[in-house]
Amino acid sequence: MSLEVFFVAIISSMLINNVVLMRFLGVCPFLGVSKKTESAIGMSAAVMFVMVVASFVTYLLYYYVLEPVGITYISTIAFILIIASLVQLVEMFIKKFSKKLYKGLGIYLPLIVTNCAILGVAEGNIAQGYATDYGVLSGLWVATTSAFGAALGFGLVMFLFSAIRERLDHTDVPPAWKGLPVSLVTAGIMAMAFLGLGGMV
Amino acid sequence: MAENKKAVKNPNQKKKKKATQFDNFFKGVVRENPIFVFLLGLCPALAVTNTLETALGMGILVIFVLTASNLVVSLIKNLIPDQIQIPAYIVVIATFVTIVGLLTEAYAFELHQALGIFIPLIVVNCLIMGRATAYASKNGPFNSIIDGVGMGVGFMLAMMLIGVSREILATGAITFGRYLPLPFEVSLIDTDMYMFNMEVFVGPAGGFIMIGVFLAIFTAIGNYNKRKKAEARQAWIEQKKKEAAERKKRKAMEEAGDSA
Repeated sequence: MSLEVFFVAIISSMLINNVVLMRFLGVCPFLGVSKKTESAIGMSAAVMFVMVVASFVTYLLYYYVLEPVGITYISTIAFILIIASLVQLVEMFIKKFSKKLYKGLGIYLPLIVTNCAILGVAEGNIAQGYATDYGVLSGLWVATTSAFGAALGFGLVMFLFSAIRERLDHTDVPPAWKGLPVSLVTAGIMAMAFLGLGGMV
Repeated sequence: MAENKKAVKNPNQKKKKKATQFDNFFKGVVRENPIFVFLLGLCPALAVTNTLETALGMGILVIFVLTASNLVVSLIKNLIPDQIQIPAYIVVIATFVTIVGLLTEAYAFELHQALGIFIPLIVVNCLIMGRATAYASKNGPFNSIIDGVGMGVGFMLAMMLIGVSREILATGAITFGRYLPLPFEVSLIDTDMYMFNMEVFVGPAGGFIMIGVFLAIFTAIGNYNKRKKAEARQAWIEQKKKEAAERKKRKAMEEAGDSA
């Protein structure tokens, strides 16, 4: 397996199949936490951390526990429990080791449990069939890389959108469109722009 | 004077009504609509509303999961310690989502394929978790069921509204029976107008724009109502002022008459 595979995995999950604008995952934090650039970056960092670790763990769980035992149908329950406990663990870990980081990320971590991007990417890794394409163990690295790419894409879009929203606050928008409606239309235009990246890989 | 009093009603007076079961059901549909008012569950509202049928199918699944999880949560609410409330509720919801997923795979395979990853993602739909923590964990089983059905119906109707507009703008027609397990396939509306074929509304961009447009429409209606209310209040205040002035005048005249 060459490096090319990883590169393609990152690019395609970051730009072409962007989690927010193309796959509609994690729209709630995208609209909720993007009012300020600072909080958008904090949220993206927390998501990146949890998403990579969660993809890694859920992939292992699926192929080394659920599939040999033959209970893949409970994958949703197992995955969401893993993610919830993982977030708890990460929170405790960060609190213990870095007060500064905890202050930055702490408030976003509980929100991540109900962030559908995490569960969506974890389920998507299984549905994508990396294990059949590259073998179970190599597939693990491809899946983790593409989760990292997805998190990068989430961060990129969050940052862009929060910057746009900060500008939108100071513009003269008709009263009915103020706030969320104009932001949603802006997101639609951004999605159109991302459509243009479709032919890249 | 009595006529004038009747003409302008006091807008401050609130109608005192007891919250009935019907109100409990109906609040989820209009006043506390999950999508357009609380903006909960926007991911499926954007992702599977490209046709009316997928929107309807998603709505039915959400109604089922929401009602069942509300019922179970309200039954077990006293057994669960506060610290592990959220994980416990998530397991309850995930169980029902798994049941729903397996049932759709068995009996409505086309729908299962069309909704794809968004069936397991019902677990993290903020609407369901929100109702479990905000309503079902504080109310009895019967009220929780009604709340669940009401909220679910509100979600479904909002989804269908978005779905109808997107499908008609994208294809100029509405077909029914492709994904749901129905024995027939009909096209409900067929405008045959090719100017409607705006491909962008099939894709993600159209979803964002459509919801934005609907939100703007509802905000405009809300603003209009607010302005009307404010105007009514202003009119009432003016009326009262006028009445007081008249009373004062009459009193003064009476006094003048007395002294004379």
